Amino acid sequence: MFNVRVLRVAAQAVFLVVVVVVLLYLADNYQANTRGGSTGWGFLREPAGFGITDTDFRGGNSNWQAIVIGIRNTLLAAAVGIVLASIIGLIVGIMRLSRNWLVQKAATLYVESIRNIPVLLIILFTAAAFRPLPPIGDPATPLGWFVISNQWLAIPSLIANDTVPIYLGLLAAAAIAAVLIGRWRTKASERTGAPHHRLLYGAGLMVGVATVGWLALQPFDVSLPRVEDGVIIGGFRIGVVDYAPLTLALALYTASHIAEIVRGSILAVPRGQTEASTALGLSEFQRLRYVVLPQALRVAIPPTLNQYLSLTKNTSLGIAVAYSDLFNIVNRIVNTGSPALESYALVMAIYLIISLVTSLLVNLVNRRYQLVER
Amino acid sequence: MATVEEPQARVDEAPIATVETTVAGEITVAVEPARRPPGRMPPRQWIRANLFRTVANTILTVLFGSALAYAAYRLLRFVFVTADWEIVRRNLRLFMVGRDFPVEELWRVWVSVYVLAAAIGLAVGVAAAAAAELARARGHPVARATPVGLLRRYWPLLLITGVALSFTRTVLPSLLLVGGVAVMLAARYVGRRAGVLAKFIWPTVLLAVVASVVIVSGFGGVEWDDWGGLHLTLFVTVAGITAAAPFGVALAVARRSSLPALRAVTVSYIEVFRGVPLVTLLFMGQFLVPLFFPNTVEPPSPLLRALIAVALFEAAYIAETVRGGLQAMPRGQYEAAMALGLRPWTTTRKIILPQALRNVIPAMVGQFISLFKDTSLLSVLGFTELLAVVDLTINQPAFQGRRLHPVAYAFVALVYWAVSYSMSRESRRLERRLGVGTR
Repeated sequence: MFNVRVLRVAAQAVFLVVVVVVLLYLADNYQANTRGGSTGWGFLREPAGFGITDTDFRGGNSNWQAIVIGIRNTLLAAAVGIVLASIIGLIVGIMRLSRNWLVQKAATLYVESIRNIPVLLIILFTAAAFRPLPPIGDPATPLGWFVISNQWLAIPSLIANDTVPIYLGLLAAAAIAAVLIGRWRTKASERTGAPHHRLLYGAGLMVGVATVGWLALQPFDVSLPRVEDGVIIGGFRIGVVDYAPLTLALALYTASHIAEIVRGSILAVPRGQTEASTALGLSEFQRLRYVVLPQALRVAIPPTLNQYLSLTKNTSLGIAVAYSDLFNIVNRIVNTGSPALESYALVMAIYLIISLVTSLLVNLVNRRYQLVER
Repeated sequence: MATVEEPQARVDEAPIATVETTVAGEITVAVEPARRPPGRMPPRQWIRANLFRTVANTILTVLFGSALAYAAYRLLRFVFVTADWEIVRRNLRLFMVGRDFPVEELWRVWVSVYVLAAAIGLAVGVAAAAAAELARARGHPVARATPVGLLRRYWPLLLITGVALSFTRTVLPSLLLVGGVAVMLAARYVGRRAGVLAKFIWPTVLLAVVASVVIVSGFGGVEWDDWGGLHLTLFVTVAGITAAAPFGVALAVARRSSLPALRAVTVSYIEVFRGVPLVTLLFMGQFLVPLFFPNTVEPPSPLLRALIAVALFEAAYIAETVRGGLQAMPRGQYEAAMALGLRPWTTTRKIILPQALRNVIPAMVGQFISLFKDTSLLSVLGFTELLAVVDLTINQPAFQGRRLHPVAYAFVALVYWAVSYSMSRESRRLERRLGVGTR
């Protein structure tokens, strides 16, 4: 008879040999096919054959600098998209549990219509929806604070003065003081039974210091945007052609999934928990804050992080509206004759790092919350 | 989407939840005596309870009521007044089969639709027979589907079919479609009475899918690379899932293996392909796949490259779905198989996989829906699938510069929505029927 242990080792060895042989065969074909072409990582230091509009990036800058801009743009779209998606998703998810029939149906309508349409179609539709805005030559300027056109959207921005470090230091000191006061009030409350008013004292201090400091130091100047000869001067610009449709569409689409997570995780908290907290005499707010939401959060966080990850990956669809995200930039690098395998391997590696960090986070959260379980 | 229930149901298996409906329309109802649905309220009371319970509630109702009414007004105005549907009417063929599909070969598409209709009808019939058998064994009454029930169930598909037919200029497509439905119903009738032949339903369906491709592309027909529109979208979805499923199941089994080398390789494959966006893989497929083929053979056509990328991507997702099903199998199943003296491989093949696969069918439908939506990414690569047709039509001389994007996008969105929404509802029904998550 065969020894099981020998068999196991043999089977694995055979499997690994097959995998290695297949990979070697592919690598051999690849080398034969790319003979004479450019390979290796040297292209990262070479000058890019293209410029990126609306940035200082010109053809003379290196491919690596272009990739850094791409990573920055990807993260910019992802970060804002995630914040928007969370807010919309939370609101819609709670609306789906509303006792008001109309509110509930409106939320269901949103979720069921957005979820079943390709996200690429939503991006293109949003881009088309922005097109009828006034042209940059004749923009709308509500209140004189904003500029709205079909090229750029501009909002007032802050310009830092010399006093910013002092102001930030002041804020940090106030934050530390607020935490200390909170601790003191908690202890005092536990000792005497008097109401603690932690939030009142702590937040009051913060707001007070922030306001007084702002008035005294004038740390920021407000810059209002205006248009001169089709160019926006001052303020903070948001691209209406590429950035805004991409981010907004991704947020709307992901929000429909987050809404379902919110609804499901609140429903997953057993009814008995609600009934028990009512029996204990907790108020509506206390019930949500201390009983329902902590338990719902435990269910909701891992799938929500996965949604954030998929939103980040979906920023690669920016290519459809010519947004200069990581993937679009690398595509242009490939099109200017850089080696395709290395370039795409780099993109894959960067996305993989993002997704592995996310899974790591999911696992950490799972472990932390599983300890609470019985 | 038909599952064949085990016909020999154990009678002692008492129904716990409300067992509802089958794939085919018979409704088997087992009302649980303890929890009856609340009685209908009189309308006045219902309105008060659901719309005007408190002051805040009333404010919400007024706010949302007016917002929804305005949105409905704008939508109706768009559909019936402002939108010029001529762009869809004149290009309906483009939306269905794309730009490069010759008109004189359209009959091939219709024939393949008929073949598929027959296969689907057969499968639905077999599933219905199995479900009826099961209901009888459990002693539930079998109710027939009512017209209202059918309408409630299929209204998204009926809606999109009606809209598409309203854009046709001759009566021929409508007649052909009615014929297709007739074929499907006839096949369902046959399927219900298939008896022992019901075993062969899966091979039959697979054969019909292959035939529907060969009918269009083979025998001097139209090559894949000239396909387009909804036809291409559906083809890529079905072909992608079909190619990926065996690979994905193998990956899932390998990932649960006790051999570390096997596990390590499969885990890295799955994590790499799940961690990367599909567009990246599609572009890589176009640029890199030809480079990995020996230069003695002709490199694969662009569509085949896209299909390879889709299948490799989808396999990783299917593997994770199937793994969920495998992990949910109770230990007792393994232990019982071991007690019977089955080998590990036989246990997996005969005991674990059949049950696990049955339980993940709803999740697999979910995968199918996401792939159906994701095929829209092919438009970025220059394939004229459904979404890409929009760009073709709005650049036609008759429609150029008229800002007709919303009109064309609305039609395409409706097609995507109707298919995905009805499939997701069917998968939820299936989930309830299989009792996934309630055991």
